[in-house]
Amino acid sequence: MIASPSLPPLTDAVTSSGFPIGPIPSVEGRAVVLAGDDIDTDRIIPARFLKCVTFEGLGEQVFADDRSELGGSHPFDRPEHSGARLLLVNRNFGCGSSREHAPQALMRWGLRAVIGESFAEIFHGNGLALGLPCLTSGHEQMLAIQAHASSHPTASFVLDVQAAELRCGDQVWALELAPGPRQMLTTGQWDATGQLLANDDALVATVARLPYLNGF
Amino acid sequence: MSAGTLYDKVWDLHRVAELPGGSTQLFIGLHLIHEVTSPQAFAALRDLGLGVRHPERTVATVDHIVPTTSQARPFADPLAEEMLVNLERNCAAHAIPLHGLGSGRQGIVHVIAPELGLTQPGMTVACGDSHTSTHGAFGAIAFGIGTSQVRDVLATQSLALNKLRVRRIWVDGALPPGVYAKDLILHVIRVLGVKGGVGHAYEFAGPAVAALSMEERMTLCNMAIEGGARCGYVNPDATTFAYLEGRPMAPSGTAWERAVAWWSSLASDADASYDDEVRFDASLLSPTVTWGITPAQGIGVDEAVPTPEQLDPQERPIAEEAYRYMNLSPGAAIAGLPVDVCFIGSCTNGRLSDLRAAALVARGRHVAAGIRAFVVPGSEQVARAAEAEGLDRLFREAGFEWREPGCSMCLAMNPDRLEGRQISASSSNRNFKGRQGSASGRTLLMSPAMVAAAAVRGHVTDVRELLAETGRSASAASRQPSLTA
Repeated sequence: MIASPSLPPLTDAVTSSGFPIGPIPSVEGRAVVLAGDDIDTDRIIPARFLKCVTFEGLGEQVFADDRSELGGSHPFDRPEHSGARLLLVNRNFGCGSSREHAPQALMRWGLRAVIGESFAEIFHGNGLALGLPCLTSGHEQMLAIQAHASSHPTASFVLDVQAAELRCGDQVWALELAPGPRQMLTTGQWDATGQLLANDDALVATVARLPYLNGF
Repeated sequence: MSAGTLYDKVWDLHRVAELPGGSTQLFIGLHLIHEVTSPQAFAALRDLGLGVRHPERTVATVDHIVPTTSQARPFADPLAEEMLVNLERNCAAHAIPLHGLGSGRQGIVHVIAPELGLTQPGMTVACGDSHTSTHGAFGAIAFGIGTSQVRDVLATQSLALNKLRVRRIWVDGALPPGVYAKDLILHVIRVLGVKGGVGHAYEFAGPAVAALSMEERMTLCNMAIEGGARCGYVNPDATTFAYLEGRPMAPSGTAWERAVAWWSSLASDADASYDDEVRFDASLLSPTVTWGITPAQGIGVDEAVPTPEQLDPQERPIAEEAYRYMNLSPGAAIAGLPVDVCFIGSCTNGRLSDLRAAALVARGRHVAAGIRAFVVPGSEQVARAAEAEGLDRLFREAGFEWREPGCSMCLAMNPDRLEGRQISASSSNRNFKGRQGSASGRTLLMSPAMVAAAAVRGHVTDVRELLAETGRSASAASRQPSLTA
């Protein structure tokens, strides 16, 4: 398995935005574990950092309060995780606010895919819109994946988006990804704007049939 | 799979196309924007050389970052000022109506769209804010979206979405005095969990829901997202139509009758099928208070903080984290817990009936020593209507601060915030760690009447005790006719 040609090498994972363009067949790199359910978007990027008119700079502010509370021992501050590409989480990751600043902050820190037990609806959609694959695993297997990553912090993982499979050495874990997002990511059609613009005639027809746009 | 529900009907009506990626292109009837999640979307439009497809279906206001003490421009905070100027420029450049400060129509986006009659049954609504689910109170299907999707709606008036499953939340009985829509939704989330609704729209129905006012229905749908459900809705009925009639953007004249007929046809059919159903009995509920760091960590005010043994094993790790963060012991009573700050406001509970319910408790009493208590109306219209009833004076005399409209301390993107380890009694929607602006601040979610009770006693208090002392009926207060435009 080769890394996605659409992902340029990151020379500085903390500050580079280097967002994906085009098909995302796979993501390769080291993995960072963030254990716990219900990690909300206020924790991923506290609201005070939303006072901005661009997304630049969010990479340094990701998990700002959690990291400050742990004084350097947060997984995102550990030197072995610098440059990691995969994030391993548990249930309901990204719940709460709709802020796209959350996946933006994770990606600007350097992450290119998230694997967890479940994701909040809006976070999942925001991730998809940015080309951040979010795949799911059952509970026991997720704990096994996290345990493997924790005991092999420098190991390289390969997330095969097409096959919905995570590999590390001779270990293989089957993951889940709905057919829609899978197709969008692997064909490079995850950025919806172009697809939506292509259907303007159908949009005009929809406007013409909606009672509330036509005096009822 | 659901069939014949309002969600199915509205989805089918707004379906533009099936997209190559496998999702559905859905037309968005009303796009609400604000200063926080739109700047990057407008910048992306400029980069792509695109315009706004339907500026007349787009409406802007300012809410998240505005100060609630002095709203004089320029703001003291240059970053907040920059965001506001950015929104003003973008709206002017694209001919988008902006209900700015002092316009008489500014306020929290989820408060102003209903009160202007913009939100109507059968619409699809989108806004770059998760509490967009609020608009489902009208029988609209409303989606909270991120900034890339704001860009998509600006450019194409549509979204790429996957259809949700529909769960009916059936509520029998009636809310007892002193128990409000806020308590009902906190209880639903307590039972179904913060992830129970992921992948679902929640249809709220049954006798207890039918009896709710529009403002109470908005509180209910507002927090559907806290239960993981991206959309919540209530089928439109006579209460909905009575609220809408005469509002500035509601249909009028002969169109009104046609609109009511069409809206009525959209309600879920009697034989509609749902993906599943969960039943509750409102008459069994008590005032509910959260003790932890997720909205599902709620208990009746007469209950104790649960012990790990009382919880589902999967919920124990986050409970352990909550005990530590909140500095609460398992088994401790929640009533009597001292608070520092009391906040009445937000898109959940910043409407006129919320202020009336709190005022009923505050009247003739005074905020306890050492407590900072403040009331933030949800909009300029709410503020003026409350002032016309003398509620501002009543709150001030009781020791509350009376502020200008905005999101305020719900999310602390403005000067209103907790300091250090302070505990707030808050009528807002999220008790996440750090949510109210201090990385170690603590939030107890509750109804506005319960916040007022906490303010006058200085600790978590069962509002029913205060209502009984004075023989005041809370449910009557909350069902007075709502704000007229």
